Parts: sequence; C-alpha cells; structure tokens
Amino acid sequence: MNSWATLTATFLAAAVEVIEMVLIVVGVGAVRGWRSTLIGAGAGLVLLAGIIVAVGSALTGLPIDTLRLFIGALLLIFGLQWLRKGIRRVAANGFAGSGEEQVEAREEGAGGIDWTSFVLAFKGVSLEGLEIAFIVVSFGATSGHLTTAVIGAAAAIVILGVAGAAAHRWVQRIPRSALQLVVGTMLGSFGTFWAAEGAGVSWPGSDLSILWLLALYVVVAISYIAALRTGHLGADAGSSGATPAMAGASSGGGSQQREGSR
Amino acid sequence: MKTIWSWIKAFGMFWYGFIIGDDWTVAAAVAVGVAATWFLARAGITAWWLLPPIVVIIVGLSIWRLERQTDQ
Repeated sequence: MNSWATLTATFLAAAVEVIEMVLIVVGVGAVRGWRSTLIGAGAGLVLLAGIIVAVGSALTGLPIDTLRLFIGALLLIFGLQWLRKGIRRVAANGFAGSGEEQVEAREEGAGGIDWTSFVLAFKGVSLEGLEIAFIVVSFGATSGHLTTAVIGAAAAIVILGVAGAAAHRWVQRIPRSALQLVVGTMLGSFGTFWAAEGAGVSWPGSDLSILWLLALYVVVAISYIAALRTGHLGADAGSSGATPAMAGASSGGGSQQREGSR
Repeated sequence: MKTIWSWIKAFGMFWYGFIIGDDWTVAAAVAVGVAATWFLARAGITAWWLLPPIVVIIVGLSIWRLERQTDQ
C-alpha cells in the first residue's frame, strides 16, 4: 500500500468508528446534558492517550474482544432502559412530549457530575478510540506508513468531530421523549453489535449491520408504541393509548405520569 | 470512614441503577443472550441472529410488565 492508499484507507476505516463515537456523545449529551457527557468523553480520550503512550505499537495485543463484550453488553442493557422509557413516554404523550419530561432526572454525585452520562460517553469514546488506534497501528504497520495512518485517523476525528459539534444544536431541538427513543435504539444497536462481536460473532457486512439493527429496533419501537396506544400491550386503551396527549398536547396522563423518573 | 462508606454505597447504587434499573429481567436476558451467543460462536455455529430477537422480546415483555404494574 502506498502512502495515499494508507491515508485513504485509514481515514475511511477510522471514520466509521468516529461516527459511532460522535453519535453516542451527541445523543447522550442532548438527552442528559452536556457538561458531564463532555467530561466523560474527555476522560475517555485521556485514558486512551495514556494507553497509547504506555503500550505503543503493542496495542494490538490488548483483549479488544473482551472489552467489546463487556462494554457492548452494558451499553445494550442501559440502551434498552432508555428505549423502554422512550416507548412508554411517546405512547403516552406523543413525540412532542408533555413538557414535564424536559427535565431528565440526573443521578448527580460528587462535583455535580451526572455519572450516567459520564460513563456512557467515557465508554463510547474509549472503546471507539481504542478501535481507531488499532486501525492506525494495523494499517500503518502493514504498509510501513505509520505517520500517514496517524494523519488519516486524526483527519477523520477532526472532520467528523466538528460535524458532530455543529449538529448538536439541531439535535437539541428534538423533543426529549423522541430523542430518548432515538438514542435508546442507537445504544441498543451499538450494544448488540459490540456484545455479539465481542462474543466471537462475525456480523454479515461488518459495521454495516449496525444500520439494519437500528432499522429493526426502530420498527419494533414503533410497533410497541402502536400496541400501547391501542391497549394491546399491558394497559387498557383508556389509560395508555387513547389520551388526548397522544398528538403531543401537554395534558400528560398515561404511562408517563405513572412511570415517574429514574 | 463514613465518607468512604457513603461513596462506596453511592458507587454501588449507581451501578445497580445503570445495570438493573427498574426491571432486572432485561439485564438477565441480555446476559443469557450474550452467553448463549458466546457458546454458539465457540462451537463454530453462526450466532449473529440470536441477540436481536432476544432484545425485541425482552423489551416487549418488560413494557408489558411495567404497564401492568402501574395499572394495579
């Protein structure tokens, strides 16, 4: 591989991982707040830098599959919590939400940190960053153009990072209940992909499988919302589905009011 | 000592909320699904199809259970 081929290949391969990283950070930040999310993302980058400096080109010896397995399973479990919450809220109050849900309950600890958003961003950035580092070492070492590979990956991080930062204002405008549903399906898709990959599975189409997983979970979420609204899933139609708030009015009611916040 | 204990307790509570949340069966189903996927993959059997339907089913069951609880 010549240096241009190395640059292009590293840029494209790293871009796939950076997109996943940026989606997690922007999604979590928009739902839970930016401060703790960005601190978590920064901590993930610091850890990553520390690992790269300490281990160097021996990076490929790290047990990446084990990391994928545990981080993927945790993201999946947490993503499903948001997915269920998003489904019930949208079923009860519509995509525009009821207003009261705009304040998401945060589990703040020492220093006013929301640990949930911190951990989600930290895991997303450190795991994806580690995968980017693997790509750089693999492409750079095999082609003999390590510096070029670093430039290709850095370009992907800067370009897509700036695009993510530019998109966050637009994402912020999406109603919280709809956003929680979207981020829940996203975390569920990434989590399913990583956990299974870490367990030794080869996904057909590799990272492209995340797209059909996302589509599957969106269709399932819409089906469950419809089932809740018509009273086919647990609640009768009067308590969950047929509320006037379904179209996004601010009357509340349904499962949103009963659910409370976590 | 009291501060350390409260910090450990808060740390444990955070992870309990993060993993277990309001329905422990979701975490249990994911754990079983991932373990089954791991065993199938180790046995050389194609296993990518296993986890998505488990997710779909457990989300539906969990919503159904939560709706019934809140109705009672």
